[in-house]
Amino acid sequence: MTAVEPHAPAADPMLPRPFRVVAHHLDTDDTVTLSLEPMAGDPLEFASGQFTMLHAFGVGEVPISISGDPTWPGPLVHTIRDVGNVTHALVGAGVGAVVGVRGPYGRGWDVADGIGGDVLLAAGGIGLAPLRPVLWEIADRRTDFDRVVLLYGARSPSEVLFGPDLERWAQECGIEVEVTVDYAPPTWQGRVGPVTKLISRAGFDPHRTLALVCGPEIMMTLSTQALLGRGVAPDRVRLSMERNMKCGVGLCGHCQLRDLFICVDGPVLPYTELVDLLDVWEL
Amino acid sequence: MAGVSVLDLAGLGALLDALHSRGYTVLGPTVRDGVITTGEVHTLEDLPRGVGDEQDAGHYRLRERGDDAIFGFAAPMQSAKQVFFPADELIWRGRRTPDGAFDVGHAQSDPAPVALFGVRSCDLAAVGVHDAVLDRREFVDTRYQARRDGTFVVAASCAEPAGTCFCVSMDTGPKPTGGYDIALTEILDGEHRFLAEAGTPAGEEVLAEVPAQPADYDDVAAADEVIDQARSRMGRTMRTDGLRDLLYASAQSPHWEDVANRCLACTNCTMVCPTCFCTSVEDVSDLTGDIDERHRVWDSCFSQEYSRLHTNFVRSTTAARYRQWATHKLASWQDQFGMSGCVGCGRCIAWCPAGIDITAEVAVLRGTALREAKG
Repeated sequence: MTAVEPHAPAADPMLPRPFRVVAHHLDTDDTVTLSLEPMAGDPLEFASGQFTMLHAFGVGEVPISISGDPTWPGPLVHTIRDVGNVTHALVGAGVGAVVGVRGPYGRGWDVADGIGGDVLLAAGGIGLAPLRPVLWEIADRRTDFDRVVLLYGARSPSEVLFGPDLERWAQECGIEVEVTVDYAPPTWQGRVGPVTKLISRAGFDPHRTLALVCGPEIMMTLSTQALLGRGVAPDRVRLSMERNMKCGVGLCGHCQLRDLFICVDGPVLPYTELVDLLDVWEL
Repeated sequence: MAGVSVLDLAGLGALLDALHSRGYTVLGPTVRDGVITTGEVHTLEDLPRGVGDEQDAGHYRLRERGDDAIFGFAAPMQSAKQVFFPADELIWRGRRTPDGAFDVGHAQSDPAPVALFGVRSCDLAAVGVHDAVLDRREFVDTRYQARRDGTFVVAASCAEPAGTCFCVSMDTGPKPTGGYDIALTEILDGEHRFLAEAGTPAGEEVLAEVPAQPADYDDVAAADEVIDQARSRMGRTMRTDGLRDLLYASAQSPHWEDVANRCLACTNCTMVCPTCFCTSVEDVSDLTGDIDERHRVWDSCFSQEYSRLHTNFVRSTTAARYRQWATHKLASWQDQFGMSGCVGCGRCIAWCPAGIDITAEVAVLRGTALREAKG
């Protein structure tokens, strides 16, 4: 132990790279999509479902899922909801502003495991953002999959994210898109109710389906129950878990869920690794 | 005995000199503010000669031993953790540039090499744990690595276990079994002397510069007796068989509520624990907002903020936080790193203002689990 084997110093994973905001799009009242380009060096390559640590200079750093298109070499895209100091500073970063980026980190959806079968995607609220890259990935190679269903629940019609994308996926990409909201004004023509209720009647073959779920933890738990109830195998259900993260690289300890470091072992995890954990209070 | 020598007090002083002459900053036990803690050791006078300690649940006092013992105490208040893993560390300093961007300077110090002097086997085991956690991972803590590289270790067998000690249960002591360049065992019976064993070629080299006698059979037997005595005087025990499964099976135990009724969530246990590695980051900017420093600071799973998720807290109750800490130490650490996160130093027991004792809580869980199994 004392005779530590000499090894080349590793690169410091804690140093952010400056990226410039090249587009700022207001998605809803409290949610913004930022497009970022590196000030120097290569653009980031990422896998659908991965996240970065985004840093607002002088304020702090938070983990944010990448919501851009992994099949197209454009800017790095994140969709951010204003829920705290750092996210408030980030959604306020206009075109030309500079933010820090570390990553990408974590394990993604690996939707290629669903090739040859059906894919069911269930999203709740901002949970659609980490699934958007995988929808584009599917659209890019749509014929590799059979039925693809997106079930998306938002709180209200004004909080539905990515409206134009939802239309394009439905009309041009052969993806069945179902949107439901919790609360709606009388003018809303669509569905009202929890997204989990849509699972029981969605058109997919449970025995050859890969299910990708992202949303609040209770929504993911109920969705998983509904999916298992229809006969989807537990190891074919993947959830994107969320915990407090300070480093993103498995060193700070904050994101632990029993033996898992969500930042490096997840954020996307098969239900089989979570089955004993999700029903324990405050784990 | 080949490779084993005996030093007297003057020899111990010569060992310190040899380390200094090689450029090491020597850090060892020193008395400060009524406790023994890690400090810089220049000469023999800096060491806690004739000072012992009393430790029990929620209790730590120094005492006069009435002899000349140098290592006559149990676990110091702080372990070697802060030597390689400071409680507050600057990780970078950034400056806003005229184009609205920023430059980030890599704040990596190039510290002088450290010699740990008189480190206990429990704390040495904890250094091994931190090597696994911070320096043998997919991503590594580069600052820890820089401090840790080139370290020299003079370990000391523990002759005076405290009421809070259970290193024998955790298989980390009282005699260091590896990870040292030189291991010392202090012998007070008869002539005051130190049995010195080299663990590495570097240790042999340093020992060769120090005036010493080759150890004879009596010296080795006397040192073995010191270890045997210490082994038989552990203040606490913890059964470790099936510990991981016990903790996992106890996730819904009502006993966590019972602990929470006593626990103040003060974070003391995590601050003195030699293996706790959780950190947070803090941004500090100057008044102009053009300079931003990012610091990594020790954090604790006992604080509410630790588990913040947006506007909620994953672990809002003290019961969930104590369960997280104990389960991580004793169970999930094994899955994560293939080793226990507890080395049996007993600090969490001594420094808990409520005197909460992890060995006692685990024993209760074991009793509870046993009753449930019997139905």
